[in-house]
This record gives sequence, C-alpha cells and structure tokens, in this order.
Amino acid sequence: MAKTLDKVNVVTVGVGWMGGIIAAECAKAGLKVRGLERGKSRSTADYQMIHDEYRYAIRYELMQDLSKETITFRNHRKMRALPMRQLGSFLLGENLGGAGTHWNGHTFRFLPYDFQIKTMTEQKYGKNKLSSDYLLQDWGVTYDELEPYFDKFEKTAGISGEYTNPFAGKRSNDFPTPPMKRTPILKKFETAASSLGYHPYMLPSANLSEAYENPDGETIGACQYCGFCDRFGCEYGAKTSAEITVIPTAMKTGNFDVTFHANVVEVLKSGNKVTGVRYVDTQTGEEFIQPADVVVLTSYVMNNAKLLMVSKIGEQYNPDTGRGTLGKNYGYQILPGATGFFDEQMNVFMGAGALGMTIDDFNGDSFDHSDVDFIHGGSISLTQPGYRPIQTNPIQPDVPAWGAEFKKASIENFTRMLSIGGQGASMPHKENFMSLDPDYKDAYGVPLLQLTYNFTEQDRNMHKYLTDRIAEIMKEMGAKTVVPGNPISDYDIVPYQTTHNTGGTIMGTDPATSVVNTYLQHWDAENLFVVGAGNFPHNGGYNPTGTIGALAYRTAEAIQKYSKTGGSLV
Amino acid sequence: MADDQKKGLSRRDFLKTTGIATGALVGGGLIGGLVGYNVNKDGVQRKSGTENAEDHDVTSVKGLMFFTNHADFNVLSQAVERIFPEDDLGPGAIGLGVPYFIDNQLAGNYGSNAREYMQGPFFAGEATQGYQSSLTRAEMFRQGIAKMEEEAQKRYQKPFVDLDGGQMDEIITSFQKNEVEMKGVSSEFFFRILRQATLEGAYADPIYNGNNNMDAWRMKGFPGHQFAYINMIEDEKFQKIEPKSISSMQH
Repeated sequence: MAKTLDKVNVVTVGVGWMGGIIAAECAKAGLKVRGLERGKSRSTADYQMIHDEYRYAIRYELMQDLSKETITFRNHRKMRALPMRQLGSFLLGENLGGAGTHWNGHTFRFLPYDFQIKTMTEQKYGKNKLSSDYLLQDWGVTYDELEPYFDKFEKTAGISGEYTNPFAGKRSNDFPTPPMKRTPILKKFETAASSLGYHPYMLPSANLSEAYENPDGETIGACQYCGFCDRFGCEYGAKTSAEITVIPTAMKTGNFDVTFHANVVEVLKSGNKVTGVRYVDTQTGEEFIQPADVVVLTSYVMNNAKLLMVSKIGEQYNPDTGRGTLGKNYGYQILPGATGFFDEQMNVFMGAGALGMTIDDFNGDSFDHSDVDFIHGGSISLTQPGYRPIQTNPIQPDVPAWGAEFKKASIENFTRMLSIGGQGASMPHKENFMSLDPDYKDAYGVPLLQLTYNFTEQDRNMHKYLTDRIAEIMKEMGAKTVVPGNPISDYDIVPYQTTHNTGGTIMGTDPATSVVNTYLQHWDAENLFVVGAGNFPHNGGYNPTGTIGALAYRTAEAIQKYSKTGGSLV
Repeated sequence: MADDQKKGLSRRDFLKTTGIATGALVGGGLIGGLVGYNVNKDGVQRKSGTENAEDHDVTSVKGLMFFTNHADFNVLSQAVERIFPEDDLGPGAIGLGVPYFIDNQLAGNYGSNAREYMQGPFFAGEATQGYQSSLTRAEMFRQGIAKMEEEAQKRYQKPFVDLDGGQMDEIITSFQKNEVEMKGVSSEFFFRILRQATLEGAYADPIYNGNNNMDAWRMKGFPGHQFAYINMIEDEKFQKIEPKSISSMQH
C-alpha cells in the first residue's frame, strides 16, 4: 500500500524550468512547495568535465534513460506504433533542471501573430487559406498580455540581445544584457542577409555576454565561448538554467524542497478537484501519495499529457469525431536549411549554443502569403555553436560516405563549412495527436505515450519555400558550393531534428477545444495546472522556452491568487 | 592551463623521460598488437595531460574486454581501417586505436543498450520508426564480424584479413547495400553502426582508448577540450591550437 505523506500547498511534477519557476514564485509568496523529480540532483559542480562530445552529445549522458520510459510512434493511424528505442529526433531531459540543462539558450518571444493566428489569418487571407483539417486556434491570450511575463522571464535569465528586430512584438524594456560577440562567421551572414534586404539581428541568448545578477539575487556567469553547449551543461554557470536560478531561489525561501527519484505515476482526482499525486520511489520501488492543495504538472510535453491520460482527467481526443481535447494539436517544427562549403578555414569549433544571427523576414506574417500555399513561416538563423568532430563530418553530395575520399573531404570541410537553418512553424492537423499506447509499458507498468505524427502539405510547402530563401543567403555569403536541404516527405524519428515538441495539453478559452484555460488551469479540475510547451495550440517559428517561461510566470501568479480565492480563474 | 606545467610532467617531458619519441612508436597496421601511444616496453601507457596523474598513478594498457579471440578483433580492425584509412593526412582507424575503442564500448552500456528501450514485442517496423531489433549492439557486432569473415571465405576462399583492400571494400559495400543476410538485424543497419562507431572511436576523447595521441583532432583542426575562446573568437584568422584531452579539464 502506498504511504501517504503530509500535505503540502503545491506539488510540482518535475523540477526543470517550469517546476522551478512555479516553485520560486509560490515559495516566495509563502506557499509550501514540494518538487517531485524522478531523476537525480545535479549542479554546476557536475559539469566540470563536460567537454566530452562522446559521453554527452553521442551517448546522451544528461538525457532520459529510455530503458525506463519512452514513447511509441507511428506516422499515421494505419501504421503499427512501435517504441522509440533510442533517442534521435528529439532529446528528452531528465534529472534536476530537465531539458533546460542541455538547451542551447535561444530565448525568443513568439510573435504577436502567433497568439491570434486564427483571427489574423482569416482577416487577411479569408477562412479557406488552410483546409479545415488544420485545427488552427487562437491562444486566448495576446502578446501584449504576456509581455510583462516575457520581460520577467528574460530578467530572471539575464538574456543577452539587441532590440533591433523590426518584426518582433513591442518590448517594455531592452534586453537585460548586451548581445553576444559578432564573430567573423556571424558577420558573413549579417552582410549577406542585409544585402538581400533582410533584417538580421543578434539571436537572443541565455549564454550571457557578461556576468549578471538577476532580480532574485542569483548570479549567472559570462559565456566563455567554449563550444560545448547544446547537449551539455555549463561548467561556468554561464548558460542560464533552472538549477542556477529559480531552483536555488525557491530553496532560499525555506518553503521548497525536492524529493528525488520520485516518479509520479498518477494524479489523484476526486470530484472536480485533484487531491495529490501517487509516485514510485525509483530506488526502492515503494509507493507514496503526496497530497497537495494544488498540483502542477511541470514535466515535459509528453509526460504531462501521459499523466493526464493515465489518470483519466479530461477527454482523450478522437480524430474520427474531432471530440475530446487531450492529446490534440501535437506540433513539432519544420527544419529547412542549407550547407555551404567555403575555401577559407574558419574557427567553427569556437562558439556557444545561442551565438547566432537571425532574420524574421520569413517568419509569422512578416511577408505576404497571398501567393504562397502555406501560412506562417520560420526564423532563419546562422549559429556558431562550436562544431565538434564526431557529429560534424560534412561532405559534398558526390563524396562517398566512407573510405579514403570520405576521410579527406570530411577533414578538409570541417573548418570550411557553415550552415543556415530555419525553424518552421508547425500547424496543428487533425491526424497529428498523442494518445496512450495499448501495448507497451514503462518500467513501472504504466502505458507509454503514443505519438501519431507526420508532416503535412503545409509543412512541405513551407519547407521548400524557406529552403530556397536560405540557399540564396548562403550563396550571397560566398559559399563555393551550396547544398540545400532535401525536401521533406514523411517524418522520421531517427535523425536529430529538434526538441521543440508542442501541444497535447493545449490552452484556450473554450473547454470544448482546449485542455486548460489561459491560466493553464485544467477545465475539469480547478486545482490542477499543466505547464509547458504542451500548452501551445500550434508551434511557432522559434525555440519555445521564452514563451513557456512567460506562460509559467503568468501561471505562478494565478496559482497564488487561486490559493487565496479558489475557483476558476476565468 | 598553466597548471599543467606546475602539477606534472608535460607530454614532451614524459616522452623524454621514458625514452619514447613519437617517431619510434608502433604505427598503425599491426593487428592485435598494441597500437597505442606512449607505449613502453611493458605495454604500459601513461596518459599525457593528466594533471592528477601523480595523485592517482594513472596507468593504462589497451586490451580486449569484449572480443574473445584475436581473429574476430582483426576482422573488425581491417574493416574499420577501410572505412577510415591511413593516408597522407595521418593515421587511419587502426593507428588511432579505433578497434580498441569499439571493443571496449561493446563491453559496456553501449554494447548492452543499457539506456535504451529493449522491451518486446518486437516488430520490424517502418524505416521512420528506427531501431527495432531485439539484438543488442554487442550481439550485432558479434554476428556482423562473423558474417564478414563468412563472406570473405564464400567469395574468395580466404580469411577477411588476407583480402586486398578492394575485396574488403566489396564486402563492406554489400553490407551497406543490405545484400548480406543477417538474423535479427539488417546488414545495412550493422554497416551504419560500424561506420558510426568508427567515427566515434576516431574522434572521441582519448580517454576512451581511441583517437591515439589526439591525432584525429590534429588532422581535423579540432582542439578538443579548451577552457575558453572568448579572447580569440573575434579573430578573422584561423587558429591552430594544440589539442587537449578532457582528462586535463580541471577548473
């Protein structure tokens, strides 16, 4: 029998960026908060031997142990779903800090267009720009309403950037720290993009340009451009993450603690409220019930949705009838790009995860879509993350994949290759959704989450359009050879693409079409909040963390209010 | 960084004191022998750049943890050398210690797929669904290496290691094209992990027993672990930097 623990005010399921933000704000307000983290503790002290590509980037040391839990996947409903047995397409996080430990630190704000996408698209292009198979909807909150929370997240994280992007939403304040260094590689992109009439700006970065103390008194170091960022933790504490900011902030209040190795398997519901969660101690196998006044799901997109499904909270989305909201509007991203081969050697091994320049000339509704067969678009960036030799073996298309020619070309090209990539927005489609797998289970006997996903016509059209624009920029940069990315066909879960999964627990103003309201409060249980990129009704053309950070701060405020007043917040 | 000099022997000093000079080292190509660097007569290596060497008396030898006979190991060695051959740029897979890297990895989490989902039921699945075999990598390598030898005998009535380069390439290409029948895994998939493991062994930090003497990094112009580039990242000029191993990373 599960042992019942003493009640707390707020319990968070998962302690990464989302859990950390909720915990910090609620604990500062005097609420007793407990974080349940299924992984282990970790901190900057654990990243002092991090410059190891094999261990961290290839063998995924910091990421989820799939032997315990994974998802199953199929491209469409007629295909048998099978487990994702190895990490590939996206890299799930685990342990304190979650995926926010091994993020790159690109910290954008979704565009004003994103939050009102249905209204604005219909106003400008009519109701039939996309077919009704695309389940487009407004988010129920506008950019202007979210602006103070974007500002707050950026101040917590100390984001480095410059306020020059003409397509961005209006900011109440400049970035907390100046932009990172404009390196010779970035300048190549800047010059080329400018000469084509575009508007390049320094990518907003959580790898800080200078040491910074945030409003909570936490210090973040200055980035040293060591070239080990994505898939790594930062040995300098210079890549803002939850374990160096919001988690210590929460701890300092004396109102927050974390239970490690606590894998939540069920949210307990009684009537129209939840009472707490049930978890398994992964070291002993013992079960515990953690009662709480408020339960906040702050694990990754997949697990937040899965926990609601196994706990039977909300109605599962059914693609045949269109009924149900849980699992609906799964989104990903479309990644157009081009590789350029140059004559001169460049310092490609130096860099930082969010060192880059970006244009938004083809993002959102920055350009007229009247004559194209898709909506939205994507940011286009050249980043200098620090290329590493196992992952980076660039060869021209006519070079064999192994042997003498391969060796020569891949070595020659390593320091002579640059790539430009886009992050194309992902529009929700009725056939792209999450549900529970009927066959496969995790290490605790709980069904795996099942993902049904494929690229759509909209995706393919956008991919082609953006790839052409990107190749033009690469050519303008003076590349000797430009190799545009191949057109996309079916989504493939094997090669790494992006860890920007969205949807499944979407937000909105109507319980018929959303899982949570705009305060991320569950429609069917007023003391249950679900926080993360799962709330996005569609995915935008940027990295999601800035936007979920803003949503989390807004929800943290809402939880404090709820704790006093109770009831629905809308 | 200056601590290197203070705390212990520099690599050059070490080579001097042990009487080993790089030019005298055993080169690539000696199958099954020690192909490491800083090798003394007892086959004992001392890793260079290890600040804590004195504290912990770090010594190591290369040896087999997975393969149980040299014949299999030699087939692996020749195959990876064809994938990443020695040339005028520098050593190939054998000279870099890649066969030892792969052997050692197969004996651990990599070989046993320890951090991957290995529960049944198993179905072949579509290409977009990825690895669906019930075999571990260790089992795939064991079978794949035996298949390479079998193909050599079938086609040329000779051991794989006695084939000329072109003949070896022909067999490897058959694996790549999925023309060789294997059980529980496709030969194409085996080829892919063999190729990938070769690159990993060439370019991983030398603490994993490949990338001998960081020579693969030198060939590629990659400086390995460096603390910071903040003072040079704005330089237009390409920077040649002597590589360092993670074993020297101490903040």
